Amino acid sequence: MYTDRCMDHFRNPRNVGTIKDPDGVGRVGNPVCGDMMEIQIKVKDEVISDIKFRTFGCGAAIATSSMITELANGKTIEEALRITRGDVANALEGLPPIKMHCSNLAADALHAAIEDYYKRKGIKIEPRKKESVEEHEHAAGS
Amino acid sequence: MKTVYMDYASASPVDPRVSEAMLPYVSERFGNPSSIHYVGAETREAIENGRQQVTDLINAERPGEIVFTSGATESINMALKGVAYRNADKGKNLITTTIEHMSVLNTAKSLTTKGFNVTFVPVDSFGFVDPASIEAAITKDTTLVSVTYANGEVGTVQAIREIGKVARDHGAYMHVDGVPAVGRMAVDVRSENIDLMSMSSNDICGPKGVGALYIRKGVKIEPLIHGGGQERGLRSGSENVPGIVGFGKAAELARKEMTGESARLKAFRDRMIRGIGSRTKGAILNGHPDKRAPNNVNFRFNYIEGEALILRLNDLGIAAATSSACSSKTLEPSHVLRGMGVPAEEAQGTLLLTTGRWTTEKDVDYVLENVPGVVDLLRKMSPLTPETEV
Repeated sequence: MYTDRCMDHFRNPRNVGTIKDPDGVGRVGNPVCGDMMEIQIKVKDEVISDIKFRTFGCGAAIATSSMITELANGKTIEEALRITRGDVANALEGLPPIKMHCSNLAADALHAAIEDYYKRKGIKIEPRKKESVEEHEHAAGS
Repeated sequence: MKTVYMDYASASPVDPRVSEAMLPYVSERFGNPSSIHYVGAETREAIENGRQQVTDLINAERPGEIVFTSGATESINMALKGVAYRNADKGKNLITTTIEHMSVLNTAKSLTTKGFNVTFVPVDSFGFVDPASIEAAITKDTTLVSVTYANGEVGTVQAIREIGKVARDHGAYMHVDGVPAVGRMAVDVRSENIDLMSMSSNDICGPKGVGALYIRKGVKIEPLIHGGGQERGLRSGSENVPGIVGFGKAAELARKEMTGESARLKAFRDRMIRGIGSRTKGAILNGHPDKRAPNNVNFRFNYIEGEALILRLNDLGIAAATSSACSSKTLEPSHVLRGMGVPAEEAQGTLLLTTGRWTTEKDVDYVLENVPGVVDLLRKMSPLTPETEV
């Protein structure tokens, strides 16, 4: 069902936890649907210098959360904002089709954390365009 | 690595005594039971022997009341549709509950598109169906009441005898989904007022692809599958001889070993319920503590999700099940728990452990050693877990 890479991130999740005095916190999902993620970031000179996650959810939810912390760590805020759900799925070498919609929320959580960071700094940003479902499925090669 | 199989409700290993009994009928005894010659006679005898064995397991009055099918889903379809169609001149209402297996719920729903109406009776927080609420729902238009003997997910055992009496008093038939109970509990169709009962072979350590429907003599029912008139015209198609032989043998073994086996599994069940309940943070037992199938343990743990739990246990060699939204094909949390009033967010972190003939004390120890740690690890990762409970 899951790729080896996905299972590796599920079994050995990277960057689990919280940050003391984070610069941005993003929470997405809904426990009613069975998935909820939280990403916390520390930003230094517009670069993500630390990132941690906590996730309530299935194998895919945990693996995508772990993966996005690897993808975003050390990136500039600009670069991090460009990470898509599709990038996360690709980095995990694909996700089962049924998991593409519900559990692939990590990019949204990261973007929410960055929006929170901007908000705390008093910077106004354009609301992010939602990725279409087709885009993810295509990106995952499923 | 140690392996522990605790998903008997999904599939059971076939007992070697069963596969041994089947073997000749897989190869050299190939005859068609309908043939007049001696080649047909030996398979005819074999399926009639199987029919007797299933008859004895459920204390039916005569073997002719057992119709072999391809499995419990077909039996359930036949019971619901067959009774509804055949008795449509009497009435067009069926009664069942909100927590039935999908094969009952979806068959009932399909009947609502064919001019029938179905009443889904609610259950209490234990998953128990009050016979009085069946009585309140029943009308002169009702031809069938269908209730599971023991819920397949939460194990709650229903007051079948009382519900059967309500149905009978109002001139409706009583169908029981016997799958989670038959072979594990002393189900008695005669004393429990059961008119029809669906059964599965694999659930009692028999082969897959075979089941049966008990149809009490005199019950009016229409066949679903038409053809050469096998099974007294109720289920056409050349008989699955090896399957029926295996099912029969499995029924015989289940009947002979039931008393001891049921007590053994009950002890495991209660040890797991006590052990998981006391050692694991945020554990809530789903279903009734006593009115419960002997082999069923079902917990929910707050702040975690079931699929992640099952994958982690799988890595430790434990095969178990969950009913979380993420693990289902529909992405909906368990309709059984929802029917019992459990909020959707609390119905995510479920663990279903079902034991059977090859479950050992050591398996139980291993589960008790590992479940609390896995739950704890996932709770630590969850943003829902309050600081005070980490």
